[in-house]
Amino acid sequence: MTVDQLLDRAVVICCGTGGVGKTTTAAAIALEAARRGRRACVVTIDPAKRLANTLGLTELSDTPTEIARERWDPAGESSGLLFALMLDTKSTFDRVIARYAGDPEQAARILDNRFYRNISGAIGGTQEYMAMEKLHELHADGNFDFVVIDTPPTRHALDFVDAPARLLRLLDNRVFRLLMMPTRAYLKVASVAVQGFLRTVARVVGRDVIDDVVAFFRAFEGMEAGFRERAESVQRLIADPATAFVLITTPRRDAVDEADYFARRLIDHKLEIDAMIVNRVHPSFTETPSAQLVERAATLAADPDLARRYLVLAELQDTVEREHAELQRVVDRLGDTSVAMVPLLSSDVHDLPSLRAVGHELFADGPSEPGDAARRA
Amino acid sequence: MELADFCSTSRVMVVAGKGGVGKTTVTATIAVAAARAGRNVLIVEVEGKSGLTAAFDLPTLRYDEIDLAEGIRARSLTPDEALIEYLVDHGMRRISKRLAASGALDVVATAVPGMRDILVLGKIKQLEQRREADLILVDAPAAGHAVTFLMSPAGLLDAVRVGPVRKQAQDVVEMLRDGARCQVLLVTVPEETPMNELIDTAFALEDRVGIQLGPVVVNACAPEPPGPRDLGDEPEAAAIEAALAWARNRWSLQQAQIARLATRLPLPQIQLPNLATAAITRHDVDTLAAIFTTAVGSL
Repeated sequence: MTVDQLLDRAVVICCGTGGVGKTTTAAAIALEAARRGRRACVVTIDPAKRLANTLGLTELSDTPTEIARERWDPAGESSGLLFALMLDTKSTFDRVIARYAGDPEQAARILDNRFYRNISGAIGGTQEYMAMEKLHELHADGNFDFVVIDTPPTRHALDFVDAPARLLRLLDNRVFRLLMMPTRAYLKVASVAVQGFLRTVARVVGRDVIDDVVAFFRAFEGMEAGFRERAESVQRLIADPATAFVLITTPRRDAVDEADYFARRLIDHKLEIDAMIVNRVHPSFTETPSAQLVERAATLAADPDLARRYLVLAELQDTVEREHAELQRVVDRLGDTSVAMVPLLSSDVHDLPSLRAVGHELFADGPSEPGDAARRA
Repeated sequence: MELADFCSTSRVMVVAGKGGVGKTTVTATIAVAAARAGRNVLIVEVEGKSGLTAAFDLPTLRYDEIDLAEGIRARSLTPDEALIEYLVDHGMRRISKRLAASGALDVVATAVPGMRDILVLGKIKQLEQRREADLILVDAPAAGHAVTFLMSPAGLLDAVRVGPVRKQAQDVVEMLRDGARCQVLLVTVPEETPMNELIDTAFALEDRVGIQLGPVVVNACAPEPPGPRDLGDEPEAAAIEAALAWARNRWSLQQAQIARLATRLPLPQIQLPNLATAAITRHDVDTLAAIFTTAVGSL
């Protein structure tokens, strides 16, 4: 099965656990879209330089970099564009702050705050939220009509669905709201509990940490409305029918467990999964079930070498059967969602031709190139 | 090296590696091998459900210790629970529950990066100092995060200038930098990307954390398949030859990766076989433990 329908969308969000080839798959989707004439941009959150190198760049930055057309379309057949960028959570957050700050002084006060510097890089959900923010930014600025993004490789990756809400929840946190009261007033007005809390925190981590937190929330005053509006707009984009979700996995049990978890969560959020891509699928060389091959091996006591050969085939076939059974769980849950399989490749994807070979497994009627098949293991 | 001596090289062994390389299986393997060598082992799981207990037919780990097998105890360690315990230990029992329940840890953890990690590492240090076990095995977070996790205390020393948390961070840094108290065992599979990540992680841990690295465990290695042979009119002859040709290609790629790792990272290697089973059972862990013991013997 192929996943061509993805190429008709405006936004493609790739979900999946770590190590399943999300970044590479996202790049292969963007490459194919560009080949078909779209103005495509792939956003990666993977700090490794692998994607950059695959695309023939030395590195990626927070602004879209164009991949020279002759590199990915040597025959000059496409009118599309191919861009790539790497998400920088902090600088994306900085721009969000600059956008909603009342004036440059307010922005500077926040950007200089030590607590903000921690929040912008480290807080749970920030990376997820900023990935969505970046997506919104690229989608809205009109330079691209096709944006593909891979999500952070954690179990919490799906937090991007509620990342905007989470950030708002953090700002709504009771303790935070109390902290946001003007400095002099807060100790007077704050309840005994909050005072106790502040004293405790100060005892454990030192007074200056508290001062930073208080200063941050004071500086932040007045910006919540803008944040809320933007969060809602990001959430609308996620739910838009022009946005596609792709579930990426491998057939290994642990990866399938995670994929199934992602599938359930997306379904819970009433978000439709448009395709599933399974990377690293083992090849099958026979129709005979592994159990029969093992039985045959058992009858070959007179030729142990032949028995051993049967067992190698049986083991590989057993792997294929197990992969099939594992995947069936998610396939059943997804109903008639299309599923594309990419075989285990004999080397990692290092360059545009091998990226194109991945695309060849995913999409129909793309012109085949010599060497595609040879690249497969 | 005798396995018993290997287990005595440090009281804490942090088992780290990219997700999906079998870190938890390796943790269980070392635990069983060490227990057989007469050591009493405590496994500490620091990143939620790992499936460690499944092989032992036991429910998911919790903060309270359970007996996993003879000579092996296991527990999980979460920042929230570690915070409550920390506050209780420091005479703040009254406020501890409320502080945790109000989501205050989020505030503190945000204000002080690495706070969560220091709470967990601080607790591990306490277990180590109390000699809670001959060997404490830490099933660490996935590779990238493992570096952040282990670097947190040093980073925290820069951020927090006073108070008990600073003291805690100092104590943890001291433990991490003392090879007789703590070392990291990196786990990988014999494939390109996981190995690249392992090499990066190894250098980051040595240079930025100053932590001792133990042998590298290369998990899920395939055995060498037999060479070509004319199988005549054997019914599956064509399928067998195609499968073997494929397996030989995979095997040579694997060997090239193992050789590359040895060149790039001058650490002893321990190879564990690919068991090709759907889920690791206690029997599998026993098999791997025996292989691990033999491999350590030839280090």
